[in-house]
Amino acid sequence: MAALINVPSRAKRGEIIEIRTLTSHIMETGFRHTADGKLVPRDIITSFICRYNGDEIFRADLFPAIAANPYLSFFTVAKESGKFEFEWIGDNGYSSTATASITVE
Amino acid sequence: MPTTRRQFLNLAGGVTVAGTIPVVTLRPLQATPAMLNAAIRNIVGEAQLRTGRVKLDIPPLVENGNTVPMTVSVASPMTADDYVKSIHVFNEKNPQPNIGNFYFNPSSGRAQVSTRIRLADTQKVVAIARLSDGTFWQVAAEIVVTLAACTEELN
Repeated sequence: MAALINVPSRAKRGEIIEIRTLTSHIMETGFRHTADGKLVPRDIITSFICRYNGDEIFRADLFPAIAANPYLSFFTVAKESGKFEFEWIGDNGYSSTATASITVE
Repeated sequence: MPTTRRQFLNLAGGVTVAGTIPVVTLRPLQATPAMLNAAIRNIVGEAQLRTGRVKLDIPPLVENGNTVPMTVSVASPMTADDYVKSIHVFNEKNPQPNIGNFYFNPSSGRAQVSTRIRLADTQKVVAIARLSDGTFWQVAAEIVVTLAACTEELN
């Protein structure tokens, strides 16, 4: 469930800021076999959502072609001080959340 | 009359020139496997797919297909009436044609996303952007992969 979030702690109003997220997940493709020929079942994160003070600012659908420990970097306009909420949803009921706060001057 | 080397080269040159014309006018990219085409049509529908505006940053040669850094960006002012709605990334030869769908809105400020992807083979990666005015733009990149991902055996 460990997630690494990189959001600037301070920003000027109207500035475009980069948000970088990294979460630990195996992202098992469902296409690999064990040495004795059994298919390893798929276990991936299927979606990621980022909300800024409750409003969705970025969303992603992920597929097995996303590397293990999904890294995502995207941008937003710093509008007001507040909180970013991050949510990862995946196979087998996987769900993980993280938050980060920002001060906008 | 036996073909001379010069005649052969002339012929080969002619074929190359003819082969580049579809690349300029491409609707869905030429010579893509059916799965990739189907996946693209699934997103684009019957709309026209134009080339340009999208930038796909990906190394042309990767040693390890298990983690390939990729950045997609679209030149857009990202205002309320002119912004990028989504970016869709596809591949040609992985077991599945989809890589990721990324959704934006005007408060994104910049239509750019970076992630790390898996590539199972030397192949083409296609990025398609859907703009708020309903147009679709695409770009493709060829990537040479020396160590494949996705289907290898577990130890």
